[in-house]
Amino acid sequence: MNWNVLLFEIFPYVALVLAVVVTAYRYAYRPFSVSAISSQLLERRLLFWGSIPFHWGITIILTIHLIAWLFPGAILAWDKSPLRLYLLEVTGFALGLWTLAGIVVLTLRRLAHSKVRATATVMDYVVLLLVLVSVATGVYTAFAYRYGTAWFAGAMSPYLASIFMLRPRPDLVADMPFAFQWHVFNFWLLLAVFPFSRLVHIITIPLGYLIRPWQIVIWVRRRFTQPGA
Amino acid sequence: MNVRTHMSMLFHLDKCIGCHTCSVACKNLWTDRKGTEYMWWNNVETRPGTGYPTGWEDQEYYQGGWEYDGRGELKLRLHNKAQGLTRLFFNPALPDLKDYYDPFTFRYGDLFSAPEGDDQPTAKPISMITGEEIEIDSGPNWDDDLSGSNIYARNDKNLEGVPDNVRAQLEEIEGVVFNYLPRICNHCLNPACVAACPQGAIYKRGEDGVVLVNENKCKAWRMCVAACPYKKVYYNWSTGKSEKCILCFPRLETGQAPACAHSCVGRIRYMGVLLYDADRIPEAAMVPDDQLVEAQLEAILDPTDPEVIAAAKQNGITDDWIKAAQESPVYKFVKEWRIALPLHPEFRTLAMMFYIPPLSPVMGVVENKTLNLALDTKGPEFELFADLSKARLPVEYLANLFAAGNTKIIERVLKKLLAVRIFKRAETVDGKLTPEAEAALKEVGLDPETAEAIYRLTTQPTLEERFVIPPYHREAAIEAWNDPLERKGQVGFGELKAPVRGE
Ligand code: SF4
Ligand code: SF4
Repeated sequence: MNWNVLLFEIFPYVALVLAVVVTAYRYAYRPFSVSAISSQLLERRLLFWGSIPFHWGITIILTIHLIAWLFPGAILAWDKSPLRLYLLEVTGFALGLWTLAGIVVLTLRRLAHSKVRATATVMDYVVLLLVLVSVATGVYTAFAYRYGTAWFAGAMSPYLASIFMLRPRPDLVADMPFAFQWHVFNFWLLLAVFPFSRLVHIITIPLGYLIRPWQIVIWVRRRFTQPGA
Repeated sequence: MNVRTHMSMLFHLDKCIGCHTCSVACKNLWTDRKGTEYMWWNNVETRPGTGYPTGWEDQEYYQGGWEYDGRGELKLRLHNKAQGLTRLFFNPALPDLKDYYDPFTFRYGDLFSAPEGDDQPTAKPISMITGEEIEIDSGPNWDDDLSGSNIYARNDKNLEGVPDNVRAQLEEIEGVVFNYLPRICNHCLNPACVAACPQGAIYKRGEDGVVLVNENKCKAWRMCVAACPYKKVYYNWSTGKSEKCILCFPRLETGQAPACAHSCVGRIRYMGVLLYDADRIPEAAMVPDDQLVEAQLEAILDPTDPEVIAAAKQNGITDDWIKAAQESPVYKFVKEWRIALPLHPEFRTLAMMFYIPPLSPVMGVVENKTLNLALDTKGPEFELFADLSKARLPVEYLANLFAAGNTKIIERVLKKLLAVRIFKRAETVDGKLTPEAEAALKEVGLDPETAEAIYRLTTQPTLEERFVIPPYHREAAIEAWNDPLERKGQVGFGELKAPVRGE
C-alpha cells in the first residue's frame, strides 16, 4: 500500500461512510445539534462582507463542480470555442477569488471579534481552516494550471466516478500537481469532518418553505378525540 | 364555524406597580442559561419610553408583522417566501445584540480578593459573553421610570400623531406621567414568527394556542426574530436555536398559572380560556386599521351561545374546557365588558394577550408659578376623573398603543372604567347611587350589577377567579406518544424488560 492508495482510495471511503452514517445518525437522534449556529446577533458588519460572498460563491462553485463531474461532455463541448473557454475560466476564477475573500473575512472575524471568538469551538476553527485550504488550493490550481475546466472533465470525472462505482482508480490523481492533490484530499477531509461539525447544516436547505402554508397548527391530542383527523 | 380554544392572559395596567417580579420569576425559571442572558421573555417597560429592545415598535427599522394592501392580500413585512430563502446567509432585518443590550454581570470575587487599602473594593462589570470588563450602557429596563426624559420618552413611537402642545406638556416636570407595560409573547392567532420560519420549526398548538419553537427543527435562520413585531422571539447565540415565551405550558398542563402571572405582586394578571373561530383567520387581520379591534373581537366566540357550544363539541372540545371558557375572566373583560384590548393590533398578528388601558390623573397647568389642575371647578367632585381630554396620558397615545390609532375605542374603554370608579366613589362617599353616578353608568351602557362585577373582578378576585385553568388531560396527551401500559408486567427498578424464565 502506498500513499496514493491510502489518501485517494481508502480514506475517501472512510470519509464517505462517516459522512453518510454519522449525518444520518445526527439528524435522526441528535436533531438539536443540527444548526447553522449563526453569530449574526453578535456581529453583523463583517458577517455581511464575509458570509454573503462566501456562501453564494461556494454554492455556485460547488454546483459547477457537480455539473462538470456529472456531465463532463457538456463542459468539453462548451470549451470547444476558445472564447467560451476563456469566459468559463475567467468566471470560475473570479468566483473563486470572491469566495476566498469571503472566507478570509469570516476567518479574521472569528479571530478578531471578541464576542465571536468567545463563542467559537475548536471544531469551528478546524472547519474554517479546512474550508480556507480548500478554496485557496482551488484558486491556486485555477491560476497555475490553466484550463482546469477542460482537464477536470478529462481526469477528475473518471476518478470521482471510479470511487462511486466502487472500482476506485487512485492512479488517476497520482501524477497530478501537488496543489491539486492537496485540493482533492482536502475535499475528502472536509467530508470526513462534515458530520462532526456545523457543516451539517448544508443539507437542510428549507425548500419546503416555498410550498407550505403560512401558518402551522399542531394538535397534540387530536388523534384520540377525533380519529382520522 | 371552526371553534378552537386559546389560553389567554389579561393585564390590568392600572394595577401594575412596575416591580419586575414577573420578569425575574420568568428569568429564574426559563432563561437563566448560557446564551439566554439577554432574553427577557417577560419584560416590563415604562411608557412613554422606548422599551426593549430599544424602539421595538418601529417596524420601518425592525420589519416585523404583516402589511395589508387593502385588496385582499396580507404580506409579511419581512419577506416573501423566495426572498426568505435568499436571506438565509445574512438576515438584514435581524436586530443586533446592541438593540437589546450587552448582557453583563459583576466580578463579585473582586470584593473578596481585593488587597487591603483605604478605599472600598468594587465589583467590576463584565460581559456575560466574553468575560471581559465592559462599560454598561444599556439594559432591559434602562429607561425605568424615566418618563419625560428627552432620550427615551420623547422617542416613543406611539407619540406620533399626538399634538405638539400635548407632547410638550408630557416633558414638563409637572406634566410627567407614566405607566408600566408588561409584555410577553402574545401567542398570536396569525403569528408572523410562524409564517417567517423557512424550516417550519415554529407552530401553534391547536389545544391552547401556545406558540412554540421546535428546537429540534430550528436551524438558526433567525427569520422569526426579525418577523415578530413584538420582538418576542430571541436567538440563543450559544446553542444556535431560537427561543421564546412558552406561556409556561408545563405549568398550565399541571393546572398552574404561568410563573409571571402567579408571582405578580400587583395581581394585575388574569388567565383564562377564549373560544375563537379559526375560520376567521386571517380575514380578521384584513380590514382597515380602525376596524381591527372589532374584527378580532368578532372572531372570539361567546361560550354560552348554544350554537358555539355545539360547534365546539364537534371539534372535540371537552365540557370542562367549555365550562372554563364560560368562567374565563379574560372573556369577561375582553368581550362581555369590552374594556380590554390587544397590544398594537395594527401589526395584524391578532395578538391574544389583552390589556386594560390605564387611567391617569388630570393634567396640571402651571399658572403664576402655581400648579393648577385643569378642572372644571364648578362641576361636581367626580369630574376630577371625568374629562378624558384632560387626562395626563393623552388618549391619542393610548390609541396608538392599543387601538391602531382609533381614539374612539380608547375613549369608550376609559369612560367605562371611569364610570365604575364614579359609581363606587358615590357608594363609599355618599352611601348611595347618586344621580351623577347613575348618569355616568348610563352613558356607557352599564348597569349597577355589571359595574359591581367589574369592580369585584378588578380589585378583589381570588386566585381561582383570576386564573381559570381547565384540566389539560395530560394523560390523554401522553397516550399520543407513549403506551401507558407499555411497562405493565415488566421488571421494575431500572431493569425494564419483560420477566422471562431463566434470563
Ligand atoms: S408575539 Fe409571539 S406569537 Fe406573536 S409573532 Fe411574536 S413570537 Fe410569534
Ligand atoms: S409582577 Fe405584576 S405588578 Fe410587578 S411589574 Fe410584573 S406585571 Fe407589574
